[in-house]
Amino acid sequence: MGLPPDDVVAAALRAGDETMFAALLDTWSRGMLRLARSYVSTSDSAEEVVQDTWLAVIRGIDGFEGRSSVKTWVYRILVNTAKKRGARESRTVPWSSAFEGDGEPALDGAGPADDRSPLLPGWKDLPAAWSVPEGEILASEIRGRIAAALATLPARQRSVITLRDVEGCSSEEVCAILDISAANQRVLLHRARAAVRKRLEDYFEAMRR
Amino acid sequence: MKRLSCPEVGEHVTAYLDDELADDARRALEEHTRGCADCTRHIAQFRATIAAMRDLPATSLSPVTRDRLLSAFRAARRR
Repeated sequence: MGLPPDDVVAAALRAGDETMFAALLDTWSRGMLRLARSYVSTSDSAEEVVQDTWLAVIRGIDGFEGRSSVKTWVYRILVNTAKKRGARESRTVPWSSAFEGDGEPALDGAGPADDRSPLLPGWKDLPAAWSVPEGEILASEIRGRIAAALATLPARQRSVITLRDVEGCSSEEVCAILDISAANQRVLLHRARAAVRKRLEDYFEAMRR
Repeated sequence: MKRLSCPEVGEHVTAYLDDELADDARRALEEHTRGCADCTRHIAQFRATIAAMRDLPATSLSPVTRDRLLSAFRAARRR
């Protein structure tokens, strides 16, 4: 899925190259929908956020100065749009945990990262060659678990893990998109991964019995 | 070399897997892990979790929205 270099992309968009615009839409929109869901409460809402983002891109492309990559620029617009919409939703929907600041409490049972017992009961009995099994039925169960885990994460953790582990962005990209420091990125990512791991651990424990 | 406890290893798993630990910290973590089946398993679970997240199904933009955006692009660039 090779997009051309950024200067080519930006020039094509400015020149009204619809094929290029469609290529960006088709390459990035799935990831944008996922990221938007970190901030808003429904998939319909996320779709509107993505739509509004692309409309802002269309309006703003002439002003794009190339100080970041095109992708980072688009994703930053998305995050701002989604945050605003999420804040509006949170005024009408009770949704307290999504916009916590740095003082997010460690998630219950988040693994050795918190101060509680590092070795949860049951760990020692897990198969040594623990891995995610292949195959459709198991995979769908795991997907459900992961989706449930992501849904409970604070927005900041969810956005980081979505970008890094689901979308495969580099940590530098994530810091630029979310405007956070490398250290903050790592902490948020670690908490999020620990929470998701915990959900899968339960699953494998249950499978073992 | 500093000896790490299990919680210390746990704190550094993400930095370790992202290859962001300094050499001595990485060696200390690996030294601990060689002798600790629990931490070995914990790190394996982190890796498996990360791998599983790469396979999540994705939702596409609805065809209606996609068409609307292509029309908006066409209209804006024609001006």
